[in-house]
Amino acid sequence: MYDGWKIILGLAVFVVIVTLPFTMSVGKDYVKPEPKIDTPEIQKMEKKQCIESKQYMRETHIKLLYSWKDYATREGKRVYIASDGKQYNVSLQNTCMKCHSNKEKFCDECHNYVNVKPYCWDCHIEPKVGGLK
Amino acid sequence: MGIGLAFIIVLGLILFAYIGTDILGLNSLFAIVIPYAAVVVFVIGFIRRVIKWGKSPVPFRIPTTAGQQFSLPWIKYSKIDNPSTGFGVALRMFFEIFFFRSLFRNTKAEIMNGKLFVGSNKWLWIGALAFHYSFLIILIRHLRFFMLQTPWCISVIDSIDSFWQIGLPMIYMTDIIIGAALLYLLGRRIFNPQVKYISLPSDYFPLFLIIGIIATGVLMRYFAKVDVTAIKELTLGLAYLKPTVPEGIGSLFYIHLFLVSVLFAYFPFSKLMHMGGVFLSPTRNLANNNRMERHVNPWDYPVKHRHYEEYEDEFRDKMKKAGIPVEKE
Repeated sequence: MYDGWKIILGLAVFVVIVTLPFTMSVGKDYVKPEPKIDTPEIQKMEKKQCIESKQYMRETHIKLLYSWKDYATREGKRVYIASDGKQYNVSLQNTCMKCHSNKEKFCDECHNYVNVKPYCWDCHIEPKVGGLK
Repeated sequence: MGIGLAFIIVLGLILFAYIGTDILGLNSLFAIVIPYAAVVVFVIGFIRRVIKWGKSPVPFRIPTTAGQQFSLPWIKYSKIDNPSTGFGVALRMFFEIFFFRSLFRNTKAEIMNGKLFVGSNKWLWIGALAFHYSFLIILIRHLRFFMLQTPWCISVIDSIDSFWQIGLPMIYMTDIIIGAALLYLLGRRIFNPQVKYISLPSDYFPLFLIIGIIATGVLMRYFAKVDVTAIKELTLGLAYLKPTVPEGIGSLFYIHLFLVSVLFAYFPFSKLMHMGGVFLSPTRNLANNNRMERHVNPWDYPVKHRHYEEYEDEFRDKMKKAGIPVEKE
């Protein structure tokens, strides 16, 4: 091979870069996020059910909250009718956070896990650590 | 015909992944077996291809240059376009790899009013640069799915990419740029007759494949919505070599993952190997020092030769008799 050592060095760099996700995880624990729903408000509920189904909330809560922002602040609509016909007050702080008062154990658990940084708390008042106000 | 074939193959791949996961329920095949196989094929195929290229003899310097070569010290020479030193070559390679300097020098010839005009044509360069850098940023951004703690540098790239804070999830600039660049790169193969004439299915196929990957990714992020936490459990399981198939992941994600796997597996056997090949281009990575150093061709036949003294030693007597002058008496 002409310039063989240079080519092999380049290939070594290539292999190191490509396998980085695998080598970086060697010896580390595989942790799953576990969002907690053990707040007093949720414990009081008979049927532990969010405003929509769990899978829908897992996938689409970002769209829901984004549309709530427009409903409340731009259109002045304060009533959300869920798919099961129940009515809810369109409010992050008074509806969502009333039950999910444990932001750092609920919201942050997954958001940190997948490294998303929603800007909810740029405008809203961030709940204090420890849950209840 | 070429474009139709490539399009049908990509559609077939999408359909294959859809049927495999949504109807047959072979989720672990598409989530674990195929991605691992694709990565193995990619790494081994890549290395084999580069070593095969590396074995080709390069006895001479092949200067296809765009500048005055180094000759006499008082003649100004082009240090980057026609380098005579290793440092100059490193600079030329740097500009080639990071800024696609060869494409930058692309020209376009046209006959207007019976006269030939040659002008610079930067569109391909801009399109290629936009595509490659967007793709690189998208690839780096995806590392957040393969590491438990996302390094700060990836978060910074992420936040710069979504700098405009349009919509929620925030729109990434690169998603728009890569879409536009891909449509341009495809469009020039369709609407430019000269380029269309030389385009093969292997030119269209990677374009459609990458368009498919971008389309499914954009659909997942902005429109269809998927359970990102479950997806990260899957991808992190792949990286930790403890693969799991979480519940609640739709077939849209599996189509995306399958197309990416196909891209990885196809890579070493296709023109996409220019990723490794650019480093091994003899016309780019060799200094033009033919006038300063002797490069011996290893294939040279060992010519049997004889010095004049030996010749004269053998025939001196006969030469003297014939009256031919000799050097030694």
